[in-house]
Amino acid sequence: MANITFLTSDNEKIVLEGNSGNVMQLAVNNGVKGIDGDCGGVCSCATCHVFVAKKDIEKVGKASSIEVDMLELADDANEFSRLCCQIEISDALDGVELTVAK
Amino acid sequence: MKSEFSDPFEEARKNSGIGHINDQEDPVAMILRHKDVRKTAHNWQTYQSGAVPGRIVVPSEVDIRDIRQIPFEVDPPLHKDFRNLLEGWFKRPNREEYQKILTDQIATLIDDVLSEDKIEVVHDFSLKLQSRALTILLNTSLVESDTFISWGTHVFRSEGDSLDASKANVLYDYLDEKINRARENLGEDLYSVLLQAEVNGKKLTHDEIKGIMILTFAGGRDTVINAVTNTISYFAEHPKSLLDIKENPDKINKAVEELIRYFSPLTHMGRVATENAQVCEHAVKNDTRVSLCWASANRDENVFENPNEVDFDRKINPHLAFGFSHHNCLGATHARQIMRTLLSLLSNKVSSIDIVDARENIEKWGEFNRKVGFHELTVKFNK
Repeated sequence: MANITFLTSDNEKIVLEGNSGNVMQLAVNNGVKGIDGDCGGVCSCATCHVFVAKKDIEKVGKASSIEVDMLELADDANEFSRLCCQIEISDALDGVELTVAK
Repeated sequence: MKSEFSDPFEEARKNSGIGHINDQEDPVAMILRHKDVRKTAHNWQTYQSGAVPGRIVVPSEVDIRDIRQIPFEVDPPLHKDFRNLLEGWFKRPNREEYQKILTDQIATLIDDVLSEDKIEVVHDFSLKLQSRALTILLNTSLVESDTFISWGTHVFRSEGDSLDASKANVLYDYLDEKINRARENLGEDLYSVLLQAEVNGKKLTHDEIKGIMILTFAGGRDTVINAVTNTISYFAEHPKSLLDIKENPDKINKAVEELIRYFSPLTHMGRVATENAQVCEHAVKNDTRVSLCWASANRDENVFENPNEVDFDRKINPHLAFGFSHHNCLGATHARQIMRTLLSLLSNKVSSIDIVDARENIEKWGEFNRKVGFHELTVKFNK
């Protein structure tokens, strides 16, 4: 089990508990604003862009090369960017903070 | 195999990355590689959509229409203002009540075809499905779909593949009447929403509303019809895949993305260069056309393992079937919901499908012949 915190563009702070699946699905199931997950999690739509808190970068891990390619063309992407459909939920993610991209 | 859609771009994609077609004396350089397509799609300053209306479409529609399709033929920053206005409405397919109506519509249609001896899928299944579902997207009466069905499979084209202005006028006259009627009696349909909307503090003009509506009608017509028809052909020839979906419904999202990648219902979309530029070592001159070939990019062997195989277990699938970047498909949420609902219902209601007859629809783009769907596909659905 992992508690994951989402910070939305409305400055809302949402803490969700996840056990399995990916972070995008957890966010969509709980209506986190700004995470649409249109493609259902196959890294095709880039509608689940988040910024990982600096302290959590190691916990969350790096993006795959295809994910990096997708993010490369997002206007506001930076070194903390991830597509959260590609982040699998595990106990190791407990306490992670993600800021939802606009 | 009827459901096999081969990749005509492979050799050109590997060798040069560019294909050439002449289109009504306004040639088009087709961009074939995944990375080049994405980068070009993203670079709206150099490769514009806001050219003369109809010019970014291939074949060009410059000679058959003056009206600008919105937000499709508008560049940033105005493009973003229109997208912001429309996004919420076009995301409605994610809502439960929308999905319930769609499920009821498609379930009724499948029950109907199951009771028939055999049916022609393009006209008697896919066109009906697409037309009825459009009434949910527009939030209008289901009865309107009878009119949409009566127009046939192409809004802009006659039964041959030549461009047909008179056919477009049927749609334009219909839209004029609907917009004017909504103006007199505002309701809760898309026409009424647009009549009350503002972009940058100004009400939309009649032609702006019409431009949005034309895009809504035309963009999702033969694309959805081909996606649905091709899907039926696929499950007819791959009954184990239908069973796989039935037993593992959690695969539906991935299966839909994979089918859409494989079929790529829209082959390509153009842009007009605003300066001299270069793609893949090919010089692009100012005021000439390029096209972003989604169909070729979706078979790029540098991105997709076994690109010519349909694999429902493909975990990462960065396909470009709905376009890419600013101008990605506004109707994608609706289209995805149609496909997800279709797969769910087919797998639960239909045990097998037999193909009786098929006539393929082959597009000709210069040296490339690409199968995009079927002119006719006659099948028997079995309970």
